[in-house]
Amino acid sequence: MTTDPRAKVVISGLRKTFEVDGAALTAIERIDLSIPAQQFVSIVGTSGCGKSTLLNMVGGLDRPSGGRILIDGAPVTGPGRDRGFVFQSYTLFEWMTVSGNIRFALEKSALPRSEKEALVGHFIEAVGLRGFENAYPKQLSGGMRQRVAIARALVYRPSILLMDEPFGALDAQTRGMMQELLLKVWEEHRVTVLFVTHDVDEAIFLADRVIILASRPGRVKRDIAVDLPRPRAFDLVTEPRFMALKREILAEIREETLKVMAADLSAGRG
Amino acid sequence: MSLDPSVPPQGAAEARPPGRRDLLRLRQEIPRHVFTAAGVVVPLALLALWWGVTALGLVRPLFLPSPGAVLAEGWRQASEGILLQDAAVSVYRIMIGWLAATVVAVPVGILMGNYRLIEGALEPFISVVRYMPIVALIPLTILWAGIGDMQKIVILFLGTFFQQTLMIMDNVKNIDLSLIRAGQTLGFSDREILRRIILPAASPGIWDTLRITVGWTWTYLVVAELVAANEGLGRRIMDAQRYLATDTIVWGTLFIGFLGLVTDWAFKRAGRRLFRWNAPVRG
Ligand SMILES: Nc1ncnc2c1ncn2[C@@H]1O[C@H](COP(=O)(O)OP(=O)(O)OP(=O)(O)O)[C@@H](O)[C@H]1O
Ligand SMILES: [Mg+2]
Repeated sequence: MTTDPRAKVVISGLRKTFEVDGAALTAIERIDLSIPAQQFVSIVGTSGCGKSTLLNMVGGLDRPSGGRILIDGAPVTGPGRDRGFVFQSYTLFEWMTVSGNIRFALEKSALPRSEKEALVGHFIEAVGLRGFENAYPKQLSGGMRQRVAIARALVYRPSILLMDEPFGALDAQTRGMMQELLLKVWEEHRVTVLFVTHDVDEAIFLADRVIILASRPGRVKRDIAVDLPRPRAFDLVTEPRFMALKREILAEIREETLKVMAADLSAGRG
Repeated sequence: MSLDPSVPPQGAAEARPPGRRDLLRLRQEIPRHVFTAAGVVVPLALLALWWGVTALGLVRPLFLPSPGAVLAEGWRQASEGILLQDAAVSVYRIMIGWLAATVVAVPVGILMGNYRLIEGALEPFISVVRYMPIVALIPLTILWAGIGDMQKIVILFLGTFFQQTLMIMDNVKNIDLSLIRAGQTLGFSDREILRRIILPAASPGIWDTLRITVGWTWTYLVVAELVAANEGLGRRIMDAQRYLATDTIVWGTLFIGFLGLVTDWAFKRAGRRLFRWNAPVRG
């Protein structure tokens, strides 16, 4: 696979092994990928195929064992404020209020105070949390907490947003609302998004492109363009084109899952 | 309160008082007044049993004095001013011993919980020391610290410090790793993350450890005042042993228990005020 050096994110020959009980476990064998600026990319694949590992390396939270990741042409050496991260577990600072959490993310920026306050206010508005500025995270529902997390990841204006199953713990209704909210915010703040999910509907609904990872060890299995118009509304999921994409992606994932199960059985682990 | 789903709507529950079976359901909430009453009934029953056994003369007062005799002993100590004097001396020793342990254990525990090197260096040592019987260290502490207050404080320190450090290390380790990662993605340095994320995140747990360990300091009081003490709640009990004054022993023991209870309550209350953000939310 060729990679375009002008892309926002260029991943080439990426490899990651972990040492487990003295033995090397290859989580990612080889990933080559280039992602243009402002693209919304969903990443799906069976459990344990290396999705979080990939995202953590792009985020600079984990070091690759081989290959490299370039952002705007420069290699990733650690976490940086050009990237925002939203985790699956609620990682709010519980001793800070909603606005305190968002403001905390701006502490390292050189903006004047008034501008920071304006940004905090803007993003609280954008994620629909007006009126909850002074609430503590423990007083909020799961969906509301993730909205704070999204606002916190966007408020310092990164150009890349990394999301690792951000809605995985939410119930189906809340999740649907959050997807629409995320798209709305994204239409306004066009950042490059890498969005990991288990939910194929969610992957298609949000993205311009769905990357299916093969597992054990992780590789790119398929790279599928989502040629659905934007802005998207919730009833998109019933349209024929959406369903065709869904069928195709589900088949790929099912094939992977069967392979993993067969491998487990023959290894006597199933 | 009324939003709490575990409280059944009025009417339905009111109509039929909870049967015995409803009170013993696995993990089932019970009415608050029943819960409180149960906690009062058991000590009262024990008290009644104690009173009955002694009033009927089933045991000799030497082995178990009557509740009346114990109360009378408490009254005597209070009116002669001994009680206040003993309590003041003992509370002072406990406060200083526990504070000294805490002042060292909090930073050491935090460092151990965050830096593997420091954990590796100190954990084996602390794990061995914490099993050493403190009573056996009395001769050494006398050599080191003399026979004054300092020696008592050293015993209380030794009885508290090691367990406390390990528990604080665990408090720190138990915080969600992704909080640290969130801090890294926001551009904070290790030191800033330590001070502004790890510390506040671990503080309710640390506070709980402080509450539990001050209870342990109380339990070491008698050991601390075993040797070369003229006054103190623990000393009073050990003196009474010589004269077989069991009423003094029982009174002293109960009084120490009571002061421990008050300390615990004060910690819980202060914790609720300090960490309002951590209040469990119902509903
Ligand atoms: N810190 C680690 N040490 C050892 N092995 C790890 C570590 N992190 C991940 N792995 C292993 O690497 C592989 C990929 O893990 P990863 O968490 O990236 O999968 P995932 O695709 O995110 O899975 P899920 O969908 O369950 O979140 C797994 O086999 C996992 O056990
Ligand atoms: Mg994962």
